[in-house]
Amino acid sequence: MSAVVRRNGAGAWRERSVIPGFGLSFGIIVTALSLVVLIPLAALVLKAASAGPEDIWALATSRRVLSALRVSFGVALLAAAINVVFGLIIAWVLVRYDFPGRRLVDAAVDLPFALPTAVAGIALAALYAPNGWIGAPLAQLGIKVGYTPAGILMALIFIGLPFVVRTVQPVLAEMEAELEEAAALLGASRWKTLTSVVLPPVLPAVLTGFTLAFARAVGEYGSVIFIAGNIPMVSEIAPLLIFIRLEQFDYAGAAVIGVLMLLLSFILILGLNLLQAALRRRLGHV
Amino acid sequence: MSAAQRSVPVVIEQASRQFGGFAALKGISLAIAPGELVALLGPSGSGKTTLLRLIAGLDQADQGRILFDGVDADVLSLRDRRIGMVFQSYALFRHMTVADNIAFGLRARPRRTRPPESEIRQRVGALLDLVQLPGLEARFPSQLSGGQRQRVALARALAIEPRVLLLDEPFGALDAKVRKDLRAWLRALHDQTGHTTLFVTHDQEEALELADRVAILNDGLLEQVGTPDAVYDHPATAFVCGFLGEANHIPVELKGGEALFDGSPVFHAGANTSGPGALYVRPHHFRFDIPGATALDGHVANVRRHGAIRRAEVAVRGLARKLDVDIFSAVAPAVGERVGLRVTGGHVFAGA
Repeated sequence: MSAVVRRNGAGAWRERSVIPGFGLSFGIIVTALSLVVLIPLAALVLKAASAGPEDIWALATSRRVLSALRVSFGVALLAAAINVVFGLIIAWVLVRYDFPGRRLVDAAVDLPFALPTAVAGIALAALYAPNGWIGAPLAQLGIKVGYTPAGILMALIFIGLPFVVRTVQPVLAEMEAELEEAAALLGASRWKTLTSVVLPPVLPAVLTGFTLAFARAVGEYGSVIFIAGNIPMVSEIAPLLIFIRLEQFDYAGAAVIGVLMLLLSFILILGLNLLQAALRRRLGHV
Repeated sequence: MSAAQRSVPVVIEQASRQFGGFAALKGISLAIAPGELVALLGPSGSGKTTLLRLIAGLDQADQGRILFDGVDADVLSLRDRRIGMVFQSYALFRHMTVADNIAFGLRARPRRTRPPESEIRQRVGALLDLVQLPGLEARFPSQLSGGQRQRVALARALAIEPRVLLLDEPFGALDAKVRKDLRAWLRALHDQTGHTTLFVTHDQEEALELADRVAILNDGLLEQVGTPDAVYDHPATAFVCGFLGEANHIPVELKGGEALFDGSPVFHAGANTSGPGALYVRPHHFRFDIPGATALDGHVANVRRHGAIRRAEVAVRGLARKLDVDIFSAVAPAVGERVGLRVTGGHVFAGA
């Protein structure tokens, strides 16, 4: 449905609304965004610029930084993708089935939000270390999780899971069971019903969950450093590299790596948001 | 379309369904002839939608069985039942265009029975013409009005060439004017396509106008099945009489074939039963008489417009509720005037 937009002389992009106060609310968001997001980011860029172009280039192309960025972004994307699969299944089960302890499971989904990430990291490290409860049997099979990129993946899956579940859950809850019944009566197989009736309407929400889980995972520090082993060129993440620079009082160097992460994240998230908008249009949510 | 040969008889045998401790259906038997249009009529909670879902196979009966063309429906998968169902909410796929919605059942077929894409497109066009929505292929359901969505849902159900068509409150969500138009249209469409059709409704006017036969459900039991004329003119139970159209309820004493009110006869009951009974009289079965001519004696409490005629509410001594009386002549009794009422037609049921 399209609302009638009446343009007035004062500002062509100003929409008439039954709730007045556009000027006031716009002022508030600009101020808040500036104080909380834009000014700190500008300071970051300024600090990075103080390093001088040659130093910036040398740092940005150093093998250790490139490797850390590759680990951070690669593992974060993989973790978000895995979270999409598990998150969808968890959300589906929570919405569609009633079983004893459903509310407990529902509440447990939010635990990664609430737990201090260091606690999560230490717990995961203890479990997946070569002598841990899960790590020891895995080690016998020749699989090493703790102190490898696989350990980073575990931590990032853990902290990102609630994002997918919580974005998909309300959309699934809103979908009538009658849609599936209609598809079944029209002769659709279960697979066809799932892929062409149930999943398409939740796809935009899935993409939002993926973006959030990814954004959270890229910047994650606390839980990862305990389980990653932090071996340079292998399992060292970019935020750790920033921390190392800070400890060496190389603030400009830290800022340069920070700006690199920022740019990469911004490009990826913008791309995901554009993709999501296109998806919504194609699926008829005009 | 050769619908007549596709339509099958449906037989329901002693179907029962319990939800927890609540019996939604208490043993219902109903036989529907091929090509027949049957209304399942009843108040909310009477079990009519439960029965429709049992027939569709979306729910299982605890007892009894349902036969399609003599075959127990339990052995058929949902796909093999070939049932066209229109849900009350229409259940259109919002992320698909009108054309994709209608084509869904054809594209969902296994590859070897799936028609080629060109034929699917042609069938979608023909169905849109049938439901009088030509040219709307590319629209999304959110861009349609309620009446249009309803017809798209019907076209989608018809696309699979159903053996039985089930409609759950097909006009429930529409406004009064659209309901009336769609009712006549659906009747014409049924005459044209000839599917065995069951529709659920709580609107007695809709059921009587549209259906070949009306099955009236109350509290999980079938009260009466018959043609609209039969159930309206000869209600089998007091419930049917009260539910179909308006009827005034007058408690009477039955004696020697007469219904006595306040000791004097008001209506010839026919059957020779005795004891307390109930007399149901429709508003158009009263005639005004001089006061004191009959035991139904009272004063006019008010007169209102009621469509083409006017209707008086008459307060009668000894009755808690005022009687609705249709006024046909231009000469109407004044409010407050004392009148007598003569009963020209009614239904008598023994018991309280």
